[in-house]
Amino acid sequence: MKIIILGAGQVGATMADNLANEANDVTVVDTDAALLGDLQDHLDIRTVRGYAAYPEVLRRAGADDADMIIAVTESDEVNMVACQIAYTLFHTPTKIARIRANEYLQESKLFNAEALPIDMSISPEQLVTDYIRRLIQYPGALQVVDFANGRARMVGVKAYYGGPLVGQELATMREHIPGVDMRVAAIYRRGKPIIPEGDTIVEAEDEVFFVAAKQDIKKVISELRRLDRPVKRVVLAGGGNIGLRLARALEDYCQVKIIEHDRERGRYLSEQLKHTVVLVGDAASESLLTEENIESADVFCAITNDDEANILSAMLAKRLGARKVMSLINRLAYVDLVEGSAIDIAISPQQSTVSALLAHVRRGDVVQVHSLRRGAAEAIEAVAHGDARSSRVVGRRLDEIKLPPGCTIGAIVRGDDVIIAHHDTAVEAGDHVILFIVDKRRTRDVEKLFQVGLTFV
Amino acid sequence: MGHYAVVQRILGLLLMIFSLSMVPPVAVSLYYQDGSHQIFASSFLISLITGFIVWSPVRKFSSELKLRDGFLVVVLFWLVLGSFGAIPLYASNMLNLGITEAIFESMSGLTTTGATVIVGLDELPRSILYYRQQLQWLGGMGIIVLAVAVLPILGVGGMQLYRAETPGPMKDSKLTPRITETAKALWFIYLGLTIACGMSYWIAGMELFDAIGHAFSTMAIGGFSTHDASLGYYHNVWIEGIAVIFMLLAGANFALHYTAWRTASPSAYWRDTEFRTFLLLGLTFTVITTVYLFLSDTYQDPGIALIRAAFQVVSIGTTTGFTTADYALWPSFLPMMLLLGSFVGGCAGSTAGGIKVIRFLLLAKQGWREINRLIHPSAEIPVKIGDKVIGNNVVQAVWGFFAVYMALYALMFLLLMATGLDEVSAFSAVAACLNNLGPGLGEVSANFQAVNSFGKWVLIFAMLLGRLEIFTLLVILTPTFWRK
Repeated sequence: MKIIILGAGQVGATMADNLANEANDVTVVDTDAALLGDLQDHLDIRTVRGYAAYPEVLRRAGADDADMIIAVTESDEVNMVACQIAYTLFHTPTKIARIRANEYLQESKLFNAEALPIDMSISPEQLVTDYIRRLIQYPGALQVVDFANGRARMVGVKAYYGGPLVGQELATMREHIPGVDMRVAAIYRRGKPIIPEGDTIVEAEDEVFFVAAKQDIKKVISELRRLDRPVKRVVLAGGGNIGLRLARALEDYCQVKIIEHDRERGRYLSEQLKHTVVLVGDAASESLLTEENIESADVFCAITNDDEANILSAMLAKRLGARKVMSLINRLAYVDLVEGSAIDIAISPQQSTVSALLAHVRRGDVVQVHSLRRGAAEAIEAVAHGDARSSRVVGRRLDEIKLPPGCTIGAIVRGDDVIIAHHDTAVEAGDHVILFIVDKRRTRDVEKLFQVGLTFV
Repeated sequence: MGHYAVVQRILGLLLMIFSLSMVPPVAVSLYYQDGSHQIFASSFLISLITGFIVWSPVRKFSSELKLRDGFLVVVLFWLVLGSFGAIPLYASNMLNLGITEAIFESMSGLTTTGATVIVGLDELPRSILYYRQQLQWLGGMGIIVLAVAVLPILGVGGMQLYRAETPGPMKDSKLTPRITETAKALWFIYLGLTIACGMSYWIAGMELFDAIGHAFSTMAIGGFSTHDASLGYYHNVWIEGIAVIFMLLAGANFALHYTAWRTASPSAYWRDTEFRTFLLLGLTFTVITTVYLFLSDTYQDPGIALIRAAFQVVSIGTTTGFTTADYALWPSFLPMMLLLGSFVGGCAGSTAGGIKVIRFLLLAKQGWREINRLIHPSAEIPVKIGDKVIGNNVVQAVWGFFAVYMALYALMFLLLMATGLDEVSAFSAVAACLNNLGPGLGEVSANFQAVNSFGKWVLIFAMLLGRLEIFTLLVILTPTFWRK
């Protein structure tokens, strides 16, 4: 596939990396020659220097025969105009734009062929907000991702001593929680993936990924670790877009404090929010944190746009007694450095954005892609099409489907029902199949599996 | 140590690929019954087996090729290539070449220089003649570029290799997003033009064997011929005209051919400043040469003067190095002028040698900018090629390139004089090798037998410097490169 990426920022670069490795023809456009030079050194892509929205620049980038354009420049306006131009002048089939400002996003009539022909708009702030909200909803979860519009969820949890299931075989799960069906998709033990069987024993400190219907998640988590208290007190460091959105989403059922260093912005926040306490000051100030009872906070979440400040303030909050600290981290290298030790959960906005973008780029009928474990593993939601003759999945029992190694099917969503995968479950046309892939490189094979082959016998 | 395993692996692989190039000469030898097939067959086996031995212990080793490994692979590979390519030449009892001569000949072929130490080409077995021409052809577009095209496993590392081997100041320009596709496109264009060139020669009256051989060395801007008298052997104006056209095509940036082919219109050529300058330079030199030849009574017929002048200007200017018999007898001003003209060479991204037109253009514009700055001290004057502004880093790199090129030139010139060569021969021999031109003046105008062994090694180094555009080779000779 020929793909043009506008903007060589963090999201643009991560996308280029992901896509170029999947054997696409990628061209990256940016105005910054240094950024482009750096990308060109490491990736097998072409770069074009220029202003991303100019038709001439797009033409030079090969828009004439491009299959997809992904606009992820700094500016919402450039992204939108570039998609418009790609549509009008080059008839580019797929146009994806990152749009940050809520002011555009809330106008639902804006994004259609007559007005702004954007097939998919991505708002990283919204993605990160949703992500943090889900994490706060399930205290104890490391990662929570949605499938089939939230009907099914995949959750990553660290198992602890004292969890009823710890030390038991997975097969005994059903006896432990009658009436609840779930499936463990993968277990990471000391960083190495294990494909679970019925007799696999869950150990303490394992990272367990399981799939279950939305309403059953809490019960399952409680089997793996003593359920944490529900989150009541949240401290947010950073009152940017994400801070504001999060506060708005949480303030009705939690006690939210938000720390913002800019007085003007603080005033604005206080006007926008109803119950949230807006504090103006430095989030890395020990006195401010102790004064505001950081030791009784359930969650401390550092979400400024400065990685280093986020990490330091989160570490400080942890030391001062916050129960769980999260930090927004853009640089992947930092994520590996701090997650699990100094900081409980690192949130990578690129990873969320890239997950969302990948779902659109991927072939076949992949509707959702979630990068897990910092991009090493993936969870995919794919739609099964065709019939028993043309498809390699439809009409087959799960144990008859030839899955690539390191890949498990977690659940099937049929209409509104979440069917947890068992070996004798049969796939029907139109089912949404949720798969866990330990090694991202196998993703292509999974995509192929779901493609409907005309000549397939 | 794992660091070098990846280099070793690619090196072994490339050598195995290169060994395949000894197979066609076997066929040629069998067809013409010239008795050299055993030499090529055993050379093939030696290269293949050596490549396998180098490759097999580390074949499972796959790690990313770093930028600096790219330099190392390319330089090592050219050295290995020069040596293994020399095996058939050394082994042939028809040639009686020493090791130095054989390596000189093979390196001269691969770097598309075209300087030779062999006399009596017309009597040689055809397979050896064919092999020499083929060496040039492979070296023209670069075997590494070929390998990048056919071996997807090189992946991103392919980019590093590609950059270290392709000529020109702006090495990041790719024809297509993926390097494999770019390399393939380049080779297809190269192959297509070579076929067109060979057909034209054939139609114009060359024997098929010669037509193929000369098409190889024309498109590679090499200059090897299957006759001692070079293209002068044929006394055929048509052949000279065809050679001129294809030398010009081979001296143009291959990206232009690609664009012209994609857009199905030749406008890309005319819009390109470098190519326009290239043609303009050729035209100017041709006019001067014609007028001088006519006025000095070298030729009485202005038509003949024009044809001879055009052929020789393009041949020397693009650094091909074909000659017509009387070139060495021209008034000494002309050969010297053309020799200096060969420093400009062809366009970036072509198979030609020399400093490249684009660099000279940038140097001239930069010089002009300095003059303008003296007149308007506070003016902001960008260096532009066409409408595109060229960054200062590129301009600086070009200055650096030029300075090092000249310094090395002076150094090697002195070294050759120290071997006892007279100044005209030494001067022209180094120019001919550094610019990948081929024939020089004075004692080295026909062949390089007059140069002693040490001198030949200096010239081998010069040819490699010229083909890899100096820095790729120099960088691995610096201590900084080897520091961890």
